[in-house]
Amino acid sequence: MSAAAKGDNLAIRIRGLVNGFGGKIIHDHLDLDVIRGEVLGVVGGSGTGKSVLMRSIVGLMRPMEGEIEVFGQRTSELNAEQLRALQLRWGVHFQEGALFSSMTVAQNIQVPLRKYTNMSSELMDQIAAMKIALVGLPEDAGAKYPSELSGGMKKRAGLARALALDPELLFLDEPTAGLDPISATHFDELVRDLQKSLNLTVFLVTHDIDTLRAVTDRIAVLVGQKIKVGTIKTLIHDTHPWIQEYFSGARGRAALES
Amino acid sequence: MPATLQTEHRRGTFRLIAGGDWLVSEAPRLDAELQKLETGGGGDAEIDGSGIHLLDSAGAWLLLRTKRQLEAQGKRVGTFTLPDVYRPLIDKMDQADIGAPWRHAGRRNFRDILERTGKATIDAIKQGYAMLSFLGSVTIETSEAVTSPRRELPWPAFVHQIEETGLNALPIVGLLAFLLGVTLAYQGADQLARFGAQIYTIDFLGVGFLRELGGLVTAIIIAGRSGSAFTASIGSMRVNEEIDAMQAIGLNIAETLVLPRVLGLVVALPLLTLFADIVGIIGGMVMCYFNLGVTIPVFMRELGGAITVNTLMVGLIKAPVFAFMIALVGCFEGLRVERNAESVGRLTTRSVVESIFLIIAADAGFSVLFSILGI
Repeated sequence: MSAAAKGDNLAIRIRGLVNGFGGKIIHDHLDLDVIRGEVLGVVGGSGTGKSVLMRSIVGLMRPMEGEIEVFGQRTSELNAEQLRALQLRWGVHFQEGALFSSMTVAQNIQVPLRKYTNMSSELMDQIAAMKIALVGLPEDAGAKYPSELSGGMKKRAGLARALALDPELLFLDEPTAGLDPISATHFDELVRDLQKSLNLTVFLVTHDIDTLRAVTDRIAVLVGQKIKVGTIKTLIHDTHPWIQEYFSGARGRAALES
Repeated sequence: MPATLQTEHRRGTFRLIAGGDWLVSEAPRLDAELQKLETGGGGDAEIDGSGIHLLDSAGAWLLLRTKRQLEAQGKRVGTFTLPDVYRPLIDKMDQADIGAPWRHAGRRNFRDILERTGKATIDAIKQGYAMLSFLGSVTIETSEAVTSPRRELPWPAFVHQIEETGLNALPIVGLLAFLLGVTLAYQGADQLARFGAQIYTIDFLGVGFLRELGGLVTAIIIAGRSGSAFTASIGSMRVNEEIDAMQAIGLNIAETLVLPRVLGLVVALPLLTLFADIVGIIGGMVMCYFNLGVTIPVFMRELGGAITVNTLMVGLIKAPVFAFMIALVGCFEGLRVERNAESVGRLTTRSVVESIFLIIAADAGFSVLFSILGI
């Protein structure tokens, strides 16, 4: 599938990305396309730079080389105002939810609304309550502080905040890590549901092979400072040892299912 | 494409026609328009959203809310049309269990104030009780560690604490003591000049600095510098679950974390106080030389007549007590940190305020005690 041909159909376009720390190269001239409306899963062993890739796209760290375009705009060439306009179009969910600990969940969700819209506080309260229900948190979660929530609830609340401004593009950093399998499955379903109904493009960093199977349209595997993109079906036949090992469990299951 | 909103009444049916982009950016305006909608009594209603071009969850909520409001007014909402792509969104939202909006805390009334006062009082009593029991357990640990031959003091940690709280604090303590000595000598000379008794500046400086100010100022600086560091570092360990890990491994928290800090500071603070006393006197001496023309030998002779070893000891004897309080409060508040970043900050502030309060209160207590004893 040649995504590059359909230029304006791309949410993210990365060409020749180089990242590294202290002389050690992590990404060596990566190319990656994320098509609008798809869920792209990003996998790779520890230290292969999955989170680094996400952080360089959203501008939390500056790549050493290469260009990154989000919605056709080159992020390195934007001024502060243009960057802010672009930031409104994406939402970022961090691993542990990264909720502001001095605020309640409802206040956390309202932070972007308060900053970027001039909504009445009634509407803001209603929208916070709506998002809380949408991500499957109980009603009374809105008045709670992050310290009063379990790990899974924090992740859901973080997702609600990432969705506060109805972004077109959603970044999820290991959303199911540390959740029990049942909660993880629910979270997968939630992401898929929201992705369908809100027509989101999702950039999903994960370790979880079940999440990959359940949620993603395509998968990008970071191996050996490069990236390989495909679907589970095509990647199973890849000869790279890490990919072989990673998907061998999945292949067994796929064989059982068929 | 901007969002549009039209209404019409036709044959007893209220129609609401929505079109354009119903997005979060338009939500404030649409919200205001929908709030002052003239719907007029019961009857039938229709919502026609077929002209909607883009819809996000904020826009969808406004439509759904309007539908619910119309139904609450006793209308029968016959049709609710939307482009097919947005059906799942509205359906999902309709099924979701949306609670009553969470409200910000309203104005405080008298009952709230009473409740808060009561809570604060009980908290203060509980806090005092908890601190007393902490003091007890630390005392037991300390005496066991010192007297029991089987148990060894954590020497490396203890020495590290002396370096951290004592040695590394020398520059700031010295600078402030010097400046304080200069200020005291200057002010003293200024006042005493009215009686022609400038030479007593040295007596005033020596007694004032050695008995009270040297110890007090050093203790307050260290409360701000090391007391806060104790709370913050132990608190971060709490947040990182390091303390839980220690307990799981079987390490004694009082022995590994509290004891080196308490003992280290108890050793370091008297030494720092002595250092502050010396530097402060030098500061005063410099000021006397430039301001009053008192040479160093004259200054030393006058100082020797004004102070005795007792004067110095009265100041120094307080230092271990201050040190004990600073370290105890710092560790105590650090261990009370909950597993969130905010409580580290809150308890660090509280630790500094509490230890400075305790220092000043104890200093007043010492003054009373010494005057009764006639020292």
